[in-house]
Amino acid sequence: MTRALRTQALPLLVLAALAAAPFVGFGDGFALTLLARGMILGMAAIGLALLVGGAGLASLGHAATVGIGAYAVAWLDLAGIDGAGIVVPVAIGAAALFAGVTGAVSLRTSGVHFIMITLAFGQMAFFTASSLSFLGGDDGYTLYGRTTVFGAGLLQNRLAFHFVCLGLLALVWLICSMVLDSRFGRVLQAARDNPLRVRALGFSPYPYRLIACTLAGGIGGLAGVLLANATEFVSPATLAWTRSGELLFMVILGGASRLYGGLLGALAFVLLEEWLSGLLTYWRLLFGPLLILAVLFLRGGLAGLGRRDG
Amino acid sequence: MADPLLSLKGVSKRFGGLTVTDTLSLDLCQGEIHALIGPNGAGKTTLINLISGTLSPDEGRVLFAGTDVTRWSLQRRARAGLARSFQITSVLERFTARDNVALAAQARAGSSFRFVRPVAREAALNRAAEAELAAVGLGSRAGTQAASLSHGEKRQLELAMVLATAPRLLVLDEPLAGAGPEETARLVGLLRTLRGRFGILLVEHDMDAVFALADRISVLVNGRLVVTGDAATVRAHPEVRSAYLGDDALA
Repeated sequence: MTRALRTQALPLLVLAALAAAPFVGFGDGFALTLLARGMILGMAAIGLALLVGGAGLASLGHAATVGIGAYAVAWLDLAGIDGAGIVVPVAIGAAALFAGVTGAVSLRTSGVHFIMITLAFGQMAFFTASSLSFLGGDDGYTLYGRTTVFGAGLLQNRLAFHFVCLGLLALVWLICSMVLDSRFGRVLQAARDNPLRVRALGFSPYPYRLIACTLAGGIGGLAGVLLANATEFVSPATLAWTRSGELLFMVILGGASRLYGGLLGALAFVLLEEWLSGLLTYWRLLFGPLLILAVLFLRGGLAGLGRRDG
Repeated sequence: MADPLLSLKGVSKRFGGLTVTDTLSLDLCQGEIHALIGPNGAGKTTLINLISGTLSPDEGRVLFAGTDVTRWSLQRRARAGLARSFQITSVLERFTARDNVALAAQARAGSSFRFVRPVAREAALNRAAEAELAAVGLGSRAGTQAASLSHGEKRQLELAMVLATAPRLLVLDEPLAGAGPEETARLVGLLRTLRGRFGILLVEHDMDAVFALADRISVLVNGRLVVTGDAATVRAHPEVRSAYLGDDALA
């Protein structure tokens, strides 16, 4: 138990800090919006970290699952359905289905080919979203209102929304940790390190990887629901491949060897982006090199900073 | 002779114009240690790949315990009890020795599509892993990360993994390669204890070990079996002398 506490001290500290943030001077609308964005992207990045770190599968189409979750909210909103009891399962189901079907094809390849084929599927989703004229096409779609919980406008309240995001973020992290520590997770990680050895023991890596893809997709869908609610707006930009690249980047920046690396990376990314864009007009000129330096010099990512044992 | 555990019937494998395995037939009995020797490039590793399912043959059939497994994948053959080790040690470097073997035990202990219970706390798997580690002489290294083990210890670890899958046939690709004299002696002693429990196909360059362990020896040259027989028959065979064995190996 003490060992578990030590290894998980950093993510628990971050979650505690996020819980305390609204009461220690970050309770204004601007700060809460920023933190919500960080938590939502962090959730999607934890799902991606399960794929990248856990299964060794670098997907460049993960934003598509977030976008599908967000578009599910918009589509149901257009149909007049805004209850979380329907919206959340539909969004998660649609994103997981997309990830499962595209994963079933993508997993027949490996390495660079896997990255390229996930990119291609992501772009297919992007262009599909752009052509949904009844949901605004390229211009996107503004929601009539946020998703309701048991008929109540719980998510309208910024503080309540903050804690819903935080709670779901913690839940996603716990579920992914549990899965990685299970029998399933052991086979998944073994197949990441040495697929031939794992096959020689009698395991077929494919179904394990497919389940991991589907799970990560479902998490992306959940993040999409929250993202749509945070901005009350959905557009194809959510599904753009650059978003997938950013998510992948967050995972690497935070440290792919730890699930919570995705969360650390997302928070660092969002805060850095905000800080630099307030400082400079051409902030991206600094942002890019900073990220490259971080990858070069933080070998274990942000999650590896506190650990000297490698 | 009882039905052979493993039977190759006219197996051929070509890579482009090069015939690496040439209409080869071989029987291996239950409980037998059958050594496969031959010079470099004779096609030993290709033959192992054909038997274990990493490659599939262009012609011929592979029978395992009477079942035609020619079109079976590596993992399906492994589940049927056909376990292999690799010429280049293949363990999970980031896992501890215990977790390496527990993974192998897991392959034989019910479904691995379980998502909730922490596998590290599954006492049955850990016990099985520690028993196999003790059997190969690695009992004290269970908690060590595989990457920190010596080369010889990794060889022992891989053997423990193979044994933990509860196999019927072991296909060992140069289990002594790169091991020091002390480790070799320990591994040979270990392999001797396995005689009778499994069928073993042993590919090995260490002639002392081969003559000490093998019930029968097959000699492979250019993808064909030159001779199969006991140590005396093989030593005496003229083609073997010219093709492979130096005079000093026969002393």
